[in-house]
Amino acid sequence: MTIDNAKVLEQLKSEFSDAIVDDVDFRGDLTIIVSLEKLHDIMLYLHDDKTLHYDLLSDVVGIDKLPREPRFEVAYVLHSMDDFRRLLVKVMVSVDVEVPTVTDIWRSADWPEREVFDLLGISFSGHPDLRRILMWDDFDGHPLRKDFPLKGKDFDEKWDPDTIQVL
Amino acid sequence: MAEGKLLTINMGPHHPATHGVLRLVLELDGETIVKVTPHIGNLHRGIEKIAENMNYQQVIPLTDRLDYTAATLNNLGYCTAVEKLLDLEVPKRAQYIRIIMSELARIMGHHLWIGSHALDIGAMTVVFYTFRDREMIMNITEEASGYRLTPSYLRIGGVAKDITPKFIRCLREFIKWFPTALDGYNTLLTDNIIWRKRTMGIGKISAEDAVNYGLTGPSLRGSGVSYDIRKAMPYGGYDDFDFKIPVGDNGDVYDRYLVRMEEFTQSLNIIEQALENLPEGPVKVDNPWISNPELDAVQEDISALIRRFKIQCQGPEVPEGEIYHAVEGSKGELGFYLVGDGTENPYRMKVRSPCFILVSALEKMMKGHMLADAISVIGSIDIVLGEIDR
Repeated sequence: MTIDNAKVLEQLKSEFSDAIVDDVDFRGDLTIIVSLEKLHDIMLYLHDDKTLHYDLLSDVVGIDKLPREPRFEVAYVLHSMDDFRRLLVKVMVSVDVEVPTVTDIWRSADWPEREVFDLLGISFSGHPDLRRILMWDDFDGHPLRKDFPLKGKDFDEKWDPDTIQVL
Repeated sequence: MAEGKLLTINMGPHHPATHGVLRLVLELDGETIVKVTPHIGNLHRGIEKIAENMNYQQVIPLTDRLDYTAATLNNLGYCTAVEKLLDLEVPKRAQYIRIIMSELARIMGHHLWIGSHALDIGAMTVVFYTFRDREMIMNITEEASGYRLTPSYLRIGGVAKDITPKFIRCLREFIKWFPTALDGYNTLLTDNIIWRKRTMGIGKISAEDAVNYGLTGPSLRGSGVSYDIRKAMPYGGYDDFDFKIPVGDNGDVYDRYLVRMEEFTQSLNIIEQALENLPEGPVKVDNPWISNPELDAVQEDISALIRRFKIQCQGPEVPEGEIYHAVEGSKGELGFYLVGDGTENPYRMKVRSPCFILVSALEKMMKGHMLADAISVIGSIDIVLGEIDR
């Protein structure tokens, strides 16, 4: 049995009418934007529901839209192994706001969430092991933020060649 | 030794069997693995950050450096993702050439996998034979693109240039030769009693767990889930081809091995079909903002010169929007999450690397096995650190 994007959206809207902020159908993939408070409930429903049954979480993506408020977006890429559907779920996040983890639903969210934490500085509440993953432990800053300089912080600071001191 | 103390050992980052700079901290009870903590990031180059400051065409060589054992597949993933964002239809001939090159890359990736996997476990001979055949594919790739390991042959909207008669001749030679070579690998390993004892029942993962842990590609199909993006969500002309998706039953190292061995045959099958049905026509999309004019035209025509300059320096402008596009890489689902903002640079490019997720599931597969089996589990999921660390 296959169900298309419109039916998925219809079912979700009937279940969580107020939590789905917006939906975009772009190039054949459906993206739903959900409220942060209901994120975990919706994800649990998407995983457990018999007809939807999105059992593979492919990736968690963090996006920094700097001047805008709320600043960050976290997107989840879901697939269903029943009939190979795809759904993108997105949530808007302000600075210093924690996103509930989905590692208890999909174990595959573990490392991607750590990566988002490492490179963009978005925290996930309830994550079992939230450490830096690609950068080293005492690294300062989050490189994929738009206000992080491309060359890295150390290279951009001016220094005096005679005294070798940072000005 | 239930009462004994746990022993912590450090495997890697420059252990030959970790296939790169992967570091594993293993906690052992006697010789049994109790806990695995992978540490990655030693090869982190910040490709996603660099890509944000380049135009769309310039990103292609960066993607080669992700999974450098099968570089063309990364090109295909990136180019089809940008084309999806642009809503661009690629000419049939270009699609077929892309498929030939990608399947060759898949065979190249599997060559490196079977060679090093067998070498890790202790069968030294296999690697000599696979590298002999890998050399043939490298020569074919060189004939098409001019490069051997990281060809950057694909372009947004097509391929760099048309293939030559010599390319077709070499490819036919390879197609004729390769089944014999495959028999050779099978004779060396498939019924080899040592190989079977080292791989059967090791690193088992059930279908349900495999999906939950996010495994994709041959590692998932070894557990019996037939998720192959070439069939599940066809892209780039794969729906024209007739091929099978091999799946395993037990989800152990041996089944993952069998799945990959069958993929050799299926890839060869696809290449054969593509070569037989190769249509005539252009190899680039007919769009002045995306395709470079031919070099002959550039030398005679000032407008072609300006256009080439503009495409090289500025590149196509991509509409606002966000897409996720995945292709079947040689290791699993290779996805690109692209955010376009109406300019010529990607606002955000996220690579969904299959190996990254595979390594995070290592603990699940290794727990309870002997230290020596850790090597065969790492070999069986076929990781490339260039893709994990990006």
